[in-house]
Amino acid sequence: MSLLTFDAPRADKADVRYRLPSRATLARVALAVAAGGAWLAFAGLTAYWPDQGDWGHGSELAAAAGILGGALALAGVLGGLWPRGAARLRRSTPWLLALGLFFTLWQAATAKFAWLPQPFFPPPHALLEVFVDDWAKLWTSVVASTQLELLGFAAGAGAGFIIGVLLGCFSAFGYWVHPVMRLIGPLPSIAWLPIAFFAFPSSWSASIFLIGLTTAFPVAVLTWSGVASVNSAYYDVARTLGASRAFLVFKVAIPAALPHVFVGLFMGLGASFAVLVVAEMMGVKAGLGFYLQWSQGWAAYANMYAALLVMSLMCSGLVTLLFRVRDRLLSYQKADVQW
Amino acid sequence: MVSLAQTSARERAAFEPGVEIAVEEVSHSFDLEGAPLPVLDGVSFAAARGEFVALLGPSGCGKSTLLRLVAGLEPPTSGVITENGRRISGPDPSRVVVFQDPTLFPWRNVRDNVALGLEAQGLLKTRRSRIDETLRLVGLENFTKAYPHQLSGGMAQRVALARALVNDPDLLILDEPLGKLDSLTRLSMQGEIVNLWRRAGFTALLVTHDVEEALLMATRVIVFSERPASIKADIAIDKPYPRHRDDPDLIARRREILGLLGLHDSW
Repeated sequence: MSLLTFDAPRADKADVRYRLPSRATLARVALAVAAGGAWLAFAGLTAYWPDQGDWGHGSELAAAAGILGGALALAGVLGGLWPRGAARLRRSTPWLLALGLFFTLWQAATAKFAWLPQPFFPPPHALLEVFVDDWAKLWTSVVASTQLELLGFAAGAGAGFIIGVLLGCFSAFGYWVHPVMRLIGPLPSIAWLPIAFFAFPSSWSASIFLIGLTTAFPVAVLTWSGVASVNSAYYDVARTLGASRAFLVFKVAIPAALPHVFVGLFMGLGASFAVLVVAEMMGVKAGLGFYLQWSQGWAAYANMYAALLVMSLMCSGLVTLLFRVRDRLLSYQKADVQW
Repeated sequence: MVSLAQTSARERAAFEPGVEIAVEEVSHSFDLEGAPLPVLDGVSFAAARGEFVALLGPSGCGKSTLLRLVAGLEPPTSGVITENGRRISGPDPSRVVVFQDPTLFPWRNVRDNVALGLEAQGLLKTRRSRIDETLRLVGLENFTKAYPHQLSGGMAQRVALARALVNDPDLLILDEPLGKLDSLTRLSMQGEIVNLWRRAGFTALLVTHDVEEALLMATRVIVFSERPASIKADIAIDKPYPRHRDDPDLIARRREILGLLGLHDSW
C-alpha cells in the first residue's frame, strides 16, 4: 500500500509496474501534493511578503515550512518507493493540508495584512520567537504547574477515594460525613481562595489544598456510588467462600468499584485544571497561570498564546497519563473510549 | 473436650467427605414494605452424608431462599438448620454455593476466580496445586488466563463450579446452576456434575424446576408446593448412574411429579 499503489497488487510485480495508477491513488497523490503546496505557500508568504510589524524568526519559520512542504510534495510523488512510510503518512495528509492552509491564513491575517487587530493577534513567527527566546522560563513554569497539579490531585484523589470507600462500606461514617459533604462538596473551590490564601502558610500550600478539594469531591461521590452499586451476589459468593470483612472491602468492593472511581478521577482532574490556573494567576508566583498573567501585564501577547498552547499540551498530557493508568488497571474490560 | 471433639469431627470429615444436613421446622418470611411475606412454611427434611437431594418446585416458591439459609447467608425466621448436628450460624467454605448466574469477578481471570476461596481462607500457598487440578477437572486448563467476558455461558458456569470445588466442600449447594444454559450444554453439564459428585462424595443440594434434571441427577427428589413452600412429596430415586431420560421408570416418576405440581395434562 502506498501513494503510488497500482490497483490491486499482483503476484507478478513486473506486470503491475506498467499499469496506470487508479483514481484513488491519484487522489491520494494530489492530496499530498496539495498539502505540500499549502506549506510552501505559507513559507513563501512568510519569507517574501513584508511584515507590518517587528517580529523575529520569520526566515527560520519560512525555511522550516518550506522544507516540510517540499518533503510532503515529494513524498506524495515518490511514496511508492517506501510503501509502509507512505501508508503511515497518508493518515495525516488531510490534517497536514488543513494545518498548512490554517497557517497561511493566520500569517496573512496578522503579520502581512493585519486584518486582525494588532498587537492582540500575533503571527506564527512571533510565537516561534517566544519558544526560542523564552523556553527556559516556559519550561520552569511547566515544571512548577505540573508539580502543583500532581501534588494537589494526588492528595485530593487519595482523600476522596478513602472517603468514598468508607461511605460505601460503613453507615456510621456516612452519618457524620454525608451531611458535611453535601454542604461543602458542591461549593466551587475557587470560593475558598481568599480564605485559603491567608489560612495557609503559603499560597503554594493553599493551592494544593484547593486543587485537592476540587478533586476529592467527585472522586468521593463516584467511589461511593461505585461501592454502593457493587452486585450483592459478589459479596454472597465471597462470603460463602470464607471471605473476611477486610477481604470483602479490598478484594471485592474496591476492584468492583474501580471503573466508577476512574470516572470520578477524570471529572476531578478536569475541574482541578481550572483551580490550578486561577490559583497561579491569583497568588502563586510560578507556573503557567502566573506566566500568562505576567505576560498580560507586559502586553506580551505572543507569550500568552505560547503559554496557552503549552498549557493545553500539559493538561492533555496529564489526561492521557490518567487514561493510560486506567487502561492498565482495567485491562480486563472491553476497551470503550480511546483517548 | 470441645477441641478434642472438633478435631475428631474434622479428621472424620477429612477421610469421609460429605455432611449430614438437617432442616428442622424452618419457616422464613421477607419483610415487604412492613408486611411479612412468608416464603417457607415449616419445612423439615434431612440429607444424609453423600446424598444428592434435588429440591423441585414451581418458580418463585422459595427453594432458593432455603438454599441461602442452608449456606448461612441469612438466618431463618424460625426453625433450625444443622450440619453434622451443629447449628449453621453463618457462611462457611465447607458449604459452597454455585448460583444460577456464574457471578465471576470480571476483574479476575479464570485462574484467579477459581483461586478466590483459597485466597480468602489464606490457603493459597499451601493448596495452589488444587487450582490447576480443579481446572483440569472441569476441562478449562487451556483458559486459565481468559477473562470472564471472553467466556461462553457454559464455560463461565464451569469456572463457577471449579471455584466451588477447589475448596473441597462437604456440601455443594447448586442453585439452578444450569438454568440459563442452552439445552445441549445443559445436558452435558448434568452428567459432569453427577460424575464430580460421585468421585468426590460430597453431599449435594440442587434447586431446579426441571423435573427431568432432578430425576437424572438426584438420589432423592423433594417436591415443594407454591409459596409459602412446604414439602409435598419426598421421593427416593434409587437408580444406578448413568441414567437415561427414556428409562420407563423415570418416565413414570416424571408423570407422578408433574401431577404433584398440578401439571397432570402436560405432555
